[in-house]
Amino acid sequence: MENRITVENLSHSYGSRRALDNVSFTVTCGEILCFLGPNGSGKTTLFKILSTLIPPISGSVNILGYDLYTEKNAIRKLLGVVFQDPGLDPKLKVYENLKHQCHLYGYKGKDLNYRISELLEKFDIKDRSNDLVEVLSGGLQRRVEIAKAMVHSPKVLLLDEPSSGLDIAIRRQLSDYLNLLATTENILILITSHLIDEAEMSGKVGILNNGKLVSLGTPTELKSQIVGDVVLIEASNIDVLSGTIADRFSVSTTIINDNLHVACEQGHEFVREVLTAFPDEIENVRIGKPTLEDVFVKLTGNPFE
Amino acid sequence: MSLLLPVSTIWWREVIRFFRQRSRLFSAIAQPLVFWILIGSGLSASFQPAGTSEKQGYIEYFYPGIVVLVLLFTAIFATISVVNDRREGFLQGILVSPVPRWCIVFGQALGGTTLALIQGILLLIIAPLIGIKFGLTSLIVTLGVMFLIAFGLTNLGLIIAWRMESTQGFHAVMNLILIPIWLLSGAFFPITGVPDWLGWVMKINPLTYGLAAFRHSLYSNTIPTGTELPLWTLSILITSVFCVLTFLGAAFTAYSQTN
Repeated sequence: MENRITVENLSHSYGSRRALDNVSFTVTCGEILCFLGPNGSGKTTLFKILSTLIPPISGSVNILGYDLYTEKNAIRKLLGVVFQDPGLDPKLKVYENLKHQCHLYGYKGKDLNYRISELLEKFDIKDRSNDLVEVLSGGLQRRVEIAKAMVHSPKVLLLDEPSSGLDIAIRRQLSDYLNLLATTENILILITSHLIDEAEMSGKVGILNNGKLVSLGTPTELKSQIVGDVVLIEASNIDVLSGTIADRFSVSTTIINDNLHVACEQGHEFVREVLTAFPDEIENVRIGKPTLEDVFVKLTGNPFE
Repeated sequence: MSLLLPVSTIWWREVIRFFRQRSRLFSAIAQPLVFWILIGSGLSASFQPAGTSEKQGYIEYFYPGIVVLVLLFTAIFATISVVNDRREGFLQGILVSPVPRWCIVFGQALGGTTLALIQGILLLIIAPLIGIKFGLTSLIVTLGVMFLIAFGLTNLGLIIAWRMESTQGFHAVMNLILIPIWLLSGAFFPITGVPDWLGWVMKINPLTYGLAAFRHSLYSNTIPTGTELPLWTLSILITSVFCVLTFLGAAFTAYSQTN
């Protein structure tokens, strides 16, 4: 069995709207690849195609040596999928949800018990196994969902917006766990996300915009595309100031979350100059390293929303 | 991989969910029961179903129709939950597993059928109270007929449910298609003496034969004289064909609606 997913020139349209446009990438077992993009960027379409829910219109997809068009059933046995919508039955107990999933993959008896107790242990949900899913917190439910997707020891784990609705602490926990899973079990993990911090925690990031894969690399590689520092300025009349600063210092400026982001080579010098030039307008200023959001803005020319 | 396991687990989930939602348990049986008592009692004074003996009052005539209505309601409620499952992640989770689509549909259909049967049996218990007496053989045959009717109706519901994006749409379909099918099956009034056009509609309605088979089995083939009912063999044959066709239809819909 091959150990990678290879996608070449993948395109998909809904009517005349192009949802995916010539997307190509390769990702290997043991890696976590996060597709980062705003709503409507094509993430969910890509996710649905890879999880065999919709057929691609053109291009080729090979998952661990199997062709998505002709060997769908073989692929389904290798996939563990966590959907954005709740995939657990709230009226079933945690154990019952896992049992149901085991049965779908043909496990029963001793094998089933062993798999479930191992997962309950691994995901630290053993003491909740007899609780109805509806009484669990959002974070716990997510854990059970991932456990459910893992009952058949998949080689590829697909997660659609896994941390939407979770707070930052739990997001970090989830991400640590996924990293551990990828390295210790050599699983290939694909995530879609619209959260910058979630992408920053992934091994590799693919930036999607309007159906195109704009860039792909480790967060560090992507951020190295921005030379120097990013200066963040807070001011009341930010729109006006943005134009004025761009003209006066010949720099590129963008507004992200009511902050003015200015990319420049020597951050501290620029800060001194800009403070001297606009002492009254500027309320707060700080120098930061570029984030993936800055990369997105630079590559697409659009704000990340 | 044995396909029995996924089918039975999908069936099991439908059943266990039902028992954990008390309101569903109640609503599917309460409404028909109230219908029966109010309409049955109200009409029995003024309405003697055409072609039936005087001994059999309206309330007794209406009884098999009410049992079938309970089967229909439960089947519909069961398939409505499929619409919700489809919208949420649960069914998607099944769709990305290697389980063939027809197995998913078969499990769902058996689930809905089981629930309908449970409710139907609860209603069957009161049959002796209104003078319908049956022995063990007749009871077994009756349960078999009820199974066929429920299975066909659940599959009919599934054909619709697999196409529906929301439960609102389902209610419209229910009022426009499913309830008229029941009304024109001989449940509410017999075919005897109705205008020709209506008679034809009733004759091509598959549920007419389901209900006839049910009446035959309930009375161990000793239907009160004069009742113009399709023959037992024809009724069973058409009901069975209806089951097979609706199941194929539901499985086909599942294949065509998903990849």
